[in-house]
Amino acid sequence: MSNQYETVFIITPVLSEQQMKEAVQKFKALIVAEGGELVHEEDWGLRKMAYPIQKKSTGFYNLLEFTAKPEFIAKLETEYRRDERIIRFLTFKMDKHAVEYSKKKRGIKKPEKKLEE
Amino acid sequence: MSQNQSEIRYLTPPTVDIKKKKYCRFKKNKIKYIDYKDPEFLKKFLNEQGKILPRRLTGTSLKYQRKVATAIKRGRHLALLPYVTDLLK
Repeated sequence: MSNQYETVFIITPVLSEQQMKEAVQKFKALIVAEGGELVHEEDWGLRKMAYPIQKKSTGFYNLLEFTAKPEFIAKLETEYRRDERIIRFLTFKMDKHAVEYSKKKRGIKKPEKKLEE
Repeated sequence: MSQNQSEIRYLTPPTVDIKKKKYCRFKKNKIKYIDYKDPEFLKKFLNEQGKILPRRLTGTSLKYQRKVATAIKRGRHLALLPYVTDLLK
């Protein structure tokens, strides 16, 4: 029984654009490899943080929305902890209101380009 | 004497604060899910120092106050909202 999850993670700004893309790619591949299915992906780009994390005050924010089996989440989180490029992450199990909210929000964005927020 | 007594005119009319009926904005506009990702909306529930406003000021019902609180804490974890600040608004 797979649930819908939403994960937001912050990548350290020190990286080059290419490394940052590769980090995001790594997690997307991990999700698909484990039998999950990527529903939606958002890249908020470089954003100023409300308080410095690890002496850095900006970070690349990425959001991945996917459906996966519950056991996969523990694996995903150990992967996050192991990867030192990720300085903060949060995974969130979406209940039906959350799913409907994101569908509605995406619905508005669909006519425009998909990734730009 | 009593005549000018009644003629006391106040500089500013005495304002009696009308008791505004507080309502839970989530029940009223049927909002079911509070998104932890948009800080602008969550800032309405924080005071200047970034602390969560109590229900008696915002008037939200218990069920949604808890949802707002968890959403704010998630926002703080992701550094979208500050834990403590001096000039938030």
